[in-house]
Amino acid sequence: MRRGPGLFLKGAMALGFAFLYAPILILMLYSFNASKLVTVWGGFSTRWYVELWSNTALLDAAWVSATVAATASTLATVLGVMAGYSLARVPRFLGRTLFSGMVLAPLVMPEVITGLSLLLAFISVSMDRGFVTIVIAHATFSMCYVAIVIQARLAGFDQSVEEAAEDLGARPATVFRRITLPLIMPGVISGWLLSFTLSLDDLVIASFTSGPGSTTLPMKIFSSVRLGVTPEINAIATILIGLVAMGTIFWSLALKRAEANRLRAAQ
Amino acid sequence: MAGQAVGHSGWGRRAAILIPYLWLIAFFLAPFLIVLKISISTTAIAQPPYTPVWDSMGAALTHLATPNLGNYSFLFDDPLYIDSYLNSLKVAGLSTLIALLIGYPMAYGIARSSRNWRGALLTLVILPFWTSFLIRVYAWVGILKTEGILNAFLLWTGVISEPLQIHFTPTAVYIGIVYSYLPFMILPLYSTLEKLDESLLEAAADLGARPFTTFWRVTLPLSMPGIAAGCFLVFIPAVGEFVIPELLGGSSTQMIGRTLWNEFFQNRDWPLASSVAVLLLMVLVVPIMIFQRYARREGTG
Repeated sequence: MRRGPGLFLKGAMALGFAFLYAPILILMLYSFNASKLVTVWGGFSTRWYVELWSNTALLDAAWVSATVAATASTLATVLGVMAGYSLARVPRFLGRTLFSGMVLAPLVMPEVITGLSLLLAFISVSMDRGFVTIVIAHATFSMCYVAIVIQARLAGFDQSVEEAAEDLGARPATVFRRITLPLIMPGVISGWLLSFTLSLDDLVIASFTSGPGSTTLPMKIFSSVRLGVTPEINAIATILIGLVAMGTIFWSLALKRAEANRLRAAQ
Repeated sequence: MAGQAVGHSGWGRRAAILIPYLWLIAFFLAPFLIVLKISISTTAIAQPPYTPVWDSMGAALTHLATPNLGNYSFLFDDPLYIDSYLNSLKVAGLSTLIALLIGYPMAYGIARSSRNWRGALLTLVILPFWTSFLIRVYAWVGILKTEGILNAFLLWTGVISEPLQIHFTPTAVYIGIVYSYLPFMILPLYSTLEKLDESLLEAAADLGARPFTTFWRVTLPLSMPGIAAGCFLVFIPAVGEFVIPELLGGSSTQMIGRTLWNEFFQNRDWPLASSVAVLLLMVLVVPIMIFQRYARREGTG
C-alpha cells in the first residue's frame, strides 16, 4: 500500500504550486485593472481589452504569429511523423546514429545558436528573410519534438499487428494508413499542438530569422516589455494563456475519454 | 545513402527516412558548419558584415588551410567574454541546484499522492510549460520591479520601509530561471520516484531504519537517474538563456546568450558572434553528449 505524502511534502507542494501559479494569476488579475499603474488597483475594467482592438501593430503581429505557427506546425508534424516512424520501425539504416543525434540535438541546442546559424545559412544562399524563413526555422526544431512523441508512442505498440497485415498481403502504404496512423493519431495531434505553441512562443529564433514586415507577436511583446510593463500586454497575455489553457484542458479530456473507450472496448 | 534501408522496405519507407534526414542536414547540420566557417573569417563593414569565405570551393579550401583564429584569440583576450562564460555556468549551476531542492519534494509529494490526485497535480506541473515562456518571464517584471507588486505588498505590511531593488539584479535572474525551468526538473524526478518499489522502503523501516536514513540510503540513490535527467534539462538551456537575463537581469548579469545577441544585433560583428556560438557549444557539448547517451538508454531500456 502506498503511503500518502506527509505534512512536509504537502507543504512543499503547496508552496511550490503557489510559486508556479501566483505570477500568472497576478498578471491576469492586473489585466482587469482600471488604473495604468501596476501597484494601484483602480477597480475592475475591461478597458485594456478594448484598447487592444485598436492597436493594429499588435494585431498584425498576432496574425503573423498565427499563420507562421499553423504552417510551421503542419510541416513539422509531417516531417516529425516520418522521422519518428523511421527511428521506431527501421532498426538499421546507413547514418542512423547521425540521424537520431540530429533529432535529439535541437531539443538541447541553445536558441541563440539555432537562430544565428539558420540566419547565416539563409544569407549564404541569399534567401530573403520573412515568413518562409521563420516557418523553416520553427518547423526544424518542432519536428524534433514531434519525432520524439511519435517514436515513444510507436515504441509502446507491438509491431505484430503491422506484420500480420503485411503477411495478409497489405501493401506498406495501406498498413501505414490503416494500422500505424490510427495507432499514433493521439501522438500526431499532441505533436501538432506542441509545435503550434512552441512556434507561437518563440522569440529568439524568430528574431534572427525574420525580415522586415514579418514581426511576430513575441517580438512585438518583447520590444514593448523593454519599455516597461503595460496593461495592454497583460491583456494580450491573459488572452493567450486563456486560449492555451482551454486547448490543453479540452485535449486532455478528449484523450482521457478516448483512452477510457479503448479500455472498455478491450474488456 | 540513408535510403538504403535494410529489410523489405518500399519506396514509402525510404522516403520516410530520407526526407526528414535531408531536411535536418540542410537546416540543422549545414547551418552549423556555416557558423563554424564564418567564425574564422574576418569582419568587414559590408553587408553582410563579414568577408565571405564561401565564394568558391577553392577559396574555401585555402581558408581551411589558413584559418583566421583572430576572433577566438580576441574572445580570450577580452575579459568580458570569459566572464560571461563563467557567469553563465555559475548562474545555470546554482539555478539547477535551487530547482532540484524545490522540485524534489514536489515530485516526491506527487508520486506519493493517491491515483486521482496524481493526474491533476501532474497537469498542474505541465500546464505552465504550455503557456508562453516570454509571458511568464514578463509576469515577474511586474512583481519584482521597484514600484512593483512585491515591494508594494512588503511596504504595506511594514516588513520593509524602503523598496527593495530586486529587478535588474542577479537574484531576479535566479528567480526567473528556477521559475521557468522548474517543470523540467519535476517531470523526470516524478517518473523515477513513481516507479520506486515501495517494498524496499518498508524493508528498510522493518530493519529499523529511521525515515531520514531510509530516504538518504534508499530513496535518494534510487532516484539518481531522475536527478541527473532533471539537472541536465535545467542546466543545458539555462546556460544559453537570453530572455531571462535580458528582461530580469539587465546589465547586472552578463550571460553568454545575451553577449552573443548584443554582439550580433548591436555591434553587428557576425564573425565574433559566430565564435561566441562555437565556444558556447563546446562548453555544452559534454553535458549534451551525456544527456543524449542517457536519453537513448532510456528510450531503448
